This record gives sequence, structure tokens and C-alpha cells, in this order.
Amino acid sequence: MTFINYASREINCKIVYYGPGLCGKTTNLQYIFDSTAPQARGKLISLATETDRTLFFDFMPLELGTVRGFKTRFHLYTVPGQVFYDASRKLILKGVDGVVFVADSQEERMDANVESLYNLEENLQSQGYDLMKIPYVLQLNKRDLSNIVSADDLAAELQKKGEPVVEAVASTGQGVFDTLKAVAKQVLTELRKG
Amino acid sequence: MADTPILLREQQYHQIKAVLARLRMDSSAKVVFLVDKDGQEIASQGEVGNLDTTSLASLAAGNVAATGGMAQLIGEKEFPTLSHEGEKDSIHISVVGRLLLMVVFDERSSLGLVKLRSKQVSQQLAAMFEEIAAGDYDDLDSPFAGITDEDIDSLFS
Repeated sequence: MTFINYASREINCKIVYYGPGLCGKTTNLQYIFDSTAPQARGKLISLATETDRTLFFDFMPLELGTVRGFKTRFHLYTVPGQVFYDASRKLILKGVDGVVFVADSQEERMDANVESLYNLEENLQSQGYDLMKIPYVLQLNKRDLSNIVSADDLAAELQKKGEPVVEAVASTGQGVFDTLKAVAKQVLTELRKG
Repeated sequence: MADTPILLREQQYHQIKAVLARLRMDSSAKVVFLVDKDGQEIASQGEVGNLDTTSLASLAAGNVAATGGMAQLIGEKEFPTLSHEGEKDSIHISVVGRLLLMVVFDERSSLGLVKLRSKQVSQQLAAMFEEIAAGDYDDLDSPFAGITDEDIDSLFS
């Protein structure tokens, strides 16, 4: 849910990274955090288990710059990917302005991708959103691994509505900012429509 | 349905800040925040100093969302207030419609006083936000109305 403050001339938007467990959602955020100037971002908050699995969410505020005199800030969230954290995932989608679905390109994770995408649609619906209408990007992650499904086959299976598809290797940063840019652009374009 | 965006006029923002300032004084608190349930900080008042208010707002919203989920599982609509007591500093959060009123206080105050004062301003804040939600914003120039693709691209250059 966008918040526009005319007094402090700020705009805040919320973007959520969604996807199956271990697909690289936190790695996307970590890369953005590591490669952004400290003055443009806040802390990366990670509510994780002792084994570094996301327990509730990761959060990072990112200031992109000024548009027409308004500071544009994106709040980036990830959800916990593991199936049994569904109640938490639902909560994090509240007030979302844009979603990135991070798909794991490995053959053996195909079913997990499909299940997570279905779960995203359901959980969005329970919060009053329609995946077909909100800003949305599909990221095909882990393209550097050997046991991967071709990008065309992944897109054929997972693409929902002609959304941008970005091939990525989040651990090295490949495609990470392209993904963010693609979703941010859609969010800002939505704001233009009013 | 999903919530509508919050558009805050300058005058409304200052009115909210004034309410928070009074609450802070009356409850002898260190800091008072108003946060949206989605984790956006709306306004704060007090000894903010080096406090990471953005993270605090996001975590408070996550906290309320999680306990709200627990409430529903045991058949409650929500838990309208939450308190966390530390050795020196404590936090009290009250749910006010789609907002969270968060008070950070230390030994100069007490949980009872903070609860009482928070309750007293809750109705006032709820009424202010009803007005904000129902407001007519046609006269406000949207900063994005005339935005071009180049403007958007320039954010990433």
C-alpha cells in the first residue's frame, strides 16, 4: 500500500519477494544491500532461524532517489519459503504494491515452484489482491547451475500474464537489479495511473 | 479488499504530530510513533536520535500481524494492545483501526500511565484517519501524474 506524505515529500512502496524454500529470495536482498551505498538504504533485518532459514521475513528499506521532488523509497520484504510458514507469508503480503516471484531453475525444484506460485495466487486473493492485476516480475534464479530447466520451458510453465521474465544468479548479482527495476517501474507506472 | 493508499496533507501531518507530542508529554515517554499496519512509519515524536525508526516500524507491524494471527487461531478478533517490558526501556503498542500507536518509555513512566494516555488519544487519531481516508484529494497534484519513462529510468542510473 503506497503511502504519500506531502509534508515530508516522501513516497513509500512495498515490494515482496516470493518463492519456494531456498530459491534465493534472501540472497536477492543481501546482494542489493551489499551493493547499495549506505546512505541509500537502511538496515537489512533478517528474522531467521539459527540455520539461516527465513523464519518470518527479511526487510530492507531502499531509497531510489527523487521523482518530481518526492523521495522514492521502496520497502523490500521476503517471505519464508518453507511450506509450513504459510500463515506468516499471508501476513507479509498485506499492503503489497509489487511482487517478485523467484523461481528455482533446478529440475528437481519445478514442483516446488508450481506449488509456491499457486500459494502466492491464493494468499494474494485472501488479502484482496489479484495476481493478474498487480505489478509482478518472474525471476528465474540459479541459471549458473548445471541441472536446470531451460528458460523457455520455465517461462512456459510459470509465466502468468506476460510479466517480465529475468534470468538471474542472485549469488553473483546477475539479474538482481534488473528484477528490482522491472518491478519498481511497474509500481511507479501504477502510481501514474492514480 | 486491499487497503487504499494513504495520502497525507501537510496540515494533517502536523495535526498528527501535535497529538503525538501531547501523548509523549502526558505519558512521560521517550518516543511515540504512529505506524501503518503494513509497516510504514507515518509520524514520530520524541528522542528519536539514532533510533532506526524504519526498521522499528516494520518489526512492530510484523509483531502485531503475528500476534493478530495467533488471536484469530484462538477465536479472538485481535489483541488490541501489546506490551514488551525490558530492563530499562519498554514498548507499548495499541491497535487503532489500520494504525499502530507505539510508545517507547523508560523508568520515568509506567505501563499503566502509557496505557491510559494511549487509550485517551486513540479515538482522536481514529477520527482523524477516518477523515483522511474519506478525504477528497483531487486538488493535490500527484507527483507521479506527469512522470515519464525517463524519470523512472533515471532512478536506476
